[in-house]
Amino acid sequence: MPIETRLSPDLHANASTEALESAMVEIRNLSLWYGEKQALKNISMDVPKNRITAYIGPSGCGKTTLLRCLNRMNDLVDGVRTSGTIRIGGTDIQDSALDVTELRKRVGMVFQKSNPFPKSIYENAAYGPRILGASDRRELDQIVERSLRGAALWDEVKDRLNDSALGLSGGQQQRLCIARAIAVEPDVLLMDEPCSALDPIATAKIEELMIGLKRRYTIVIVTHNMQQAARVSDITGFMLMGELVEIGATRDLFTNPKDRRTEDYITGRFG
Amino acid sequence: MSRFWKSGDPFIWLTAGGLAFSLLMVAGLILLILANGLGFFWPKDVVLLVMDDKTAVMGQVMDREEIPQPGAPPETPKKYRIQVKQGNRDIYGQDFTWVDESRIARRERPDDAIVIERREWGNFVGTLREVREDGRPVAGGGDDGWNALEARLPQAARLLAEIRRIEKTEIGAVNHAQEKIRLNLKKLSAQGRGEGPEAARLKAELGALQTGYAEMETALGAAKKKDTTSVVAAAVGGQEKELPLTQVVRAYRPNAMGSGAKAAFYAAKVWEFVADAPRESNTEGGVFPAIFGTVMMVMIMSLVATPLGVLAAFYLREYAQQGPFVSAVRIAVNNLAGVPSIVFGVFGVGFFVYFVGGSLDRLFYPESLPTPTFGTGGILWASLTLALLTLPVVIVATEEGLAAIPGGLREASLALGATKFETTWRIVLPAVMPSILTGLILAMARAAGEVAPLMITGVVKLAPALPLDSFWPFLHMDRKFMHLGFHIYDVGFQSPNVDAARPMVFTTTLLLLGIVLVLNLAAIVLRNRLRKKYALGTL
Repeated sequence: MPIETRLSPDLHANASTEALESAMVEIRNLSLWYGEKQALKNISMDVPKNRITAYIGPSGCGKTTLLRCLNRMNDLVDGVRTSGTIRIGGTDIQDSALDVTELRKRVGMVFQKSNPFPKSIYENAAYGPRILGASDRRELDQIVERSLRGAALWDEVKDRLNDSALGLSGGQQQRLCIARAIAVEPDVLLMDEPCSALDPIATAKIEELMIGLKRRYTIVIVTHNMQQAARVSDITGFMLMGELVEIGATRDLFTNPKDRRTEDYITGRFG
Repeated sequence: MSRFWKSGDPFIWLTAGGLAFSLLMVAGLILLILANGLGFFWPKDVVLLVMDDKTAVMGQVMDREEIPQPGAPPETPKKYRIQVKQGNRDIYGQDFTWVDESRIARRERPDDAIVIERREWGNFVGTLREVREDGRPVAGGGDDGWNALEARLPQAARLLAEIRRIEKTEIGAVNHAQEKIRLNLKKLSAQGRGEGPEAARLKAELGALQTGYAEMETALGAAKKKDTTSVVAAAVGGQEKELPLTQVVRAYRPNAMGSGAKAAFYAAKVWEFVADAPRESNTEGGVFPAIFGTVMMVMIMSLVATPLGVLAAFYLREYAQQGPFVSAVRIAVNNLAGVPSIVFGVFGVGFFVYFVGGSLDRLFYPESLPTPTFGTGGILWASLTLALLTLPVVIVATEEGLAAIPGGLREASLALGATKFETTWRIVLPAVMPSILTGLILAMARAAGEVAPLMITGVVKLAPALPLDSFWPFLHMDRKFMHLGFHIYDVGFQSPNVDAARPMVFTTTLLLLGIVLVLNLAAIVLRNRLRKKYALGTL
């Protein structure tokens, strides 16, 4: 994918100090309205491959909405309109002819509240592959083991794969949701405040897991927690009232913010 | 005072009082049914009441009540009368009589008093005189005769079973085959092929069947000839009756029975009640056809109402654009549950029986017209009517279940690339299963207890055959059937012999309650199992 050649110069300057990375997701002039209310205002940015990109910002700033544009989960909400383009791996995902289920197979998602299916641990991990048509038991066994290992859950659950997923602890449930998402080998993994309901120890486990996962996946995370963004992400974007105020390498954004509003937010003057 | 109100104690008392009152009412109802229903089969002693005018009444005491004395001064001693089941309807004209207690000179409990349950004319109460074979006495009265009678009853029962078998199974099968051929012939002649080779073949078959029929008639006659044993018993007035043993259901001497024998008798009567067909215009025998009809109707109703209601609820909750129209539909569905059931019955008659059934008859069964096949009440139409009646219950329960499924589950599935249908099928449907079963439980309870719409869509007082038998197509959806709820109404209010039938009201009610309980328990066990499997946790 020769995407780097098409990167616009200003975005280059803005996006990353590690130049010439290949962008997995390109967002151009994206605006979104819920009915009359504009929730995203003319957002343009790139998400580089095999990096963790974090969005921070106060509640209601549109970061979750932006995230949900990337797998078109906003389609499920009545009265949503968008303009602009989003390309993932070069494909325009706003195209109405695009099969949205194909898109979602390539863009996995982990939600704020852990939401394992009321099925066994095994069936949770095997759900995506089954949807894709896998039915061979041996193949499924392998996928389940691989994805549970990938989510650092295998050792804890390997003896009770047929127990209900709802018997797991909150942190385990969230890791199972991650395992479920990576079982279909997506290109991009979206995480919507994945640790907001977890205790610090479970949070630390998931953060560690994310850093390991970025070798294989491009991760976009929305978080309330600035420390978390600082700890795990390579690139951080600050959003405020539907605008992407600033985006850059995480270290730069936190130590040397260019915009006044970013500085106010990260120094705790509001939010 | 205000502190007292604020403490909330009065409210707790009020809520507890409400619960206690409701429980008391239900417990009272069930106790009444249990008390009246369970005692009915226990064999009561036979008493001989000799009156002051030397006449005598013999029978089982059923009831005792005060004789009202209007206008009498308050200090007048109370007077009572007792109800005696004297039997011998063929002699006295009625089974029951009231006896003024003040007129009784002497009460006796004769050990040799015998009660003979007959297939016709109700019980015979009296004393045993003779047991006869081929008209010749083989034993006299007393213990001798009793032993001879007891020894011969099983054989008489076998003989009767043989006669019944020939009549019902064999001759019934021939009748069935003949009827089918006749209908085919009628069909052929309606098509103008009444004289063709096919018709000739059918006529030949008919002739062959006729020969077989004659043979069976001979066998039946032979079997009936064997019915030569009889018993002679005398009523209290001295009138003697000779009864062929095949007319005797059972004979017992209650005054000579110990507790063990009475318990065995009780068990036999209960079994007869549950497993046998009714006799004597439903006042004797059992209610098996009604149990069978009730259960089968509820099953057919469930098979129709559940899928239909679930599909409707899925559309309303999962696919329809929520708005004023859907809200209106929802309100309409809820209100449908409040429509009087007889209205559903009238609709069932008009639509299912006359329109659908009539059309089916014209299309598929023109040869039997004007005798209707489906164009008259039957178990299918009754079940469909009840399915309509219970549909709102299933829809509402399923919709509530769907609303309770966390949106996160659906999103999680969609985000994995599942289509809406895959999400519905693999995630939503299993999760809503317990709610569907809750709806089904409520629907079954309502359907099993419903009477009014059934009376006009296919329930009868006495159905000649079960809707399920050994003749193809085995399941006869066009047949009329018996139903426990209607049976209660029938024995309680429509019986020619009210006194004999009244206790059946309670026993039948008890049975109906038991069946509803069993059906519900089965569904509850299933639901709990599913709940465990698909527990939704606290999402």
